Amino acid sequence: MWIYEKKLEYPIKIKNPNPKMAKVIITQYGGPDGELAASLRYLSQKFSMVTPQARATLNDIGTEELAHLEMIGSMVKQLMANATIDQIKAAGMEAFYADHDKGVYPQSAAGVPFTAAYIQSKGDPVTDLTEDMAAEQKARSTYEWLINMADDPDVIEPLKFLREREIVHFQRFGEALRIVQDFLDSKKCHAVYLPEGCR
Amino acid sequence: MDRDQLLCNLTALDFMAVDLHLYLNTHPNDTEAITKYNQILTKADVLRKEYEKVCGPLSSFRSPSRAPWEWVDDPWPWQNSFNFKLT
Repeated sequence: MWIYEKKLEYPIKIKNPNPKMAKVIITQYGGPDGELAASLRYLSQKFSMVTPQARATLNDIGTEELAHLEMIGSMVKQLMANATIDQIKAAGMEAFYADHDKGVYPQSAAGVPFTAAYIQSKGDPVTDLTEDMAAEQKARSTYEWLINMADDPDVIEPLKFLREREIVHFQRFGEALRIVQDFLDSKKCHAVYLPEGCR
Repeated sequence: MDRDQLLCNLTALDFMAVDLHLYLNTHPNDTEAITKYNQILTKADVLRKEYEKVCGPLSSFRSPSRAPWEWVDDPWPWQNSFNFKLT
């Protein structure tokens, strides 16, 4: 069950339209290392996770990623809001405009629609948490490449906030992995993970 | 406090709660952090009630409404006019 809070985790208030930035930022909405993939990954992996701390970590980071998805959607919406057709054409956004007008659609920067193939849910807690740590680093890198292309503080500040959250999540997943490994060691099944026998 | 100030302060407090919450998931024995977390929640509760009096309901299924149904009122969080300006 989720409760919606009618506010953003961090404010998005962009004055100037910039369809060129919208075109690349949308990758954090529905791209390979984006917030939708992150959320879906953690909220799916939680069902097979071991140890209460790691279960809570997946549940709650998966939830925070939904708030980040909303922030990115808000950025795309506001960057497109007052863009003229000429600006959209100059930004190379014609293909997007033809399919979606100024709607927000989950796709990568290159226009590939979102796919669940971006994520795994392996049923093995060590495998899943290791993927999650890599996913946080991939998202951090993406935010850095996006910040490199941005020149508007209204855009840069929220991207910096989101980048920092990836670092915190990486840290928390690392701690969860250590807790899970200690648990598996205590069960003497660290050499080969035995799904049923160890739970 | 005006709407922007209320929202700014609430956003800051709620962020502290989110961050400490994640920390506590992997450090459940840190009693100092639990005390800090509880203090933040108490402060945020007061501010949340104040915000709702001025700006309308914040949470689905948790905020009462006057008539007509206030939940549908603009602005919504993804709209530019909803958000406060960062200084």
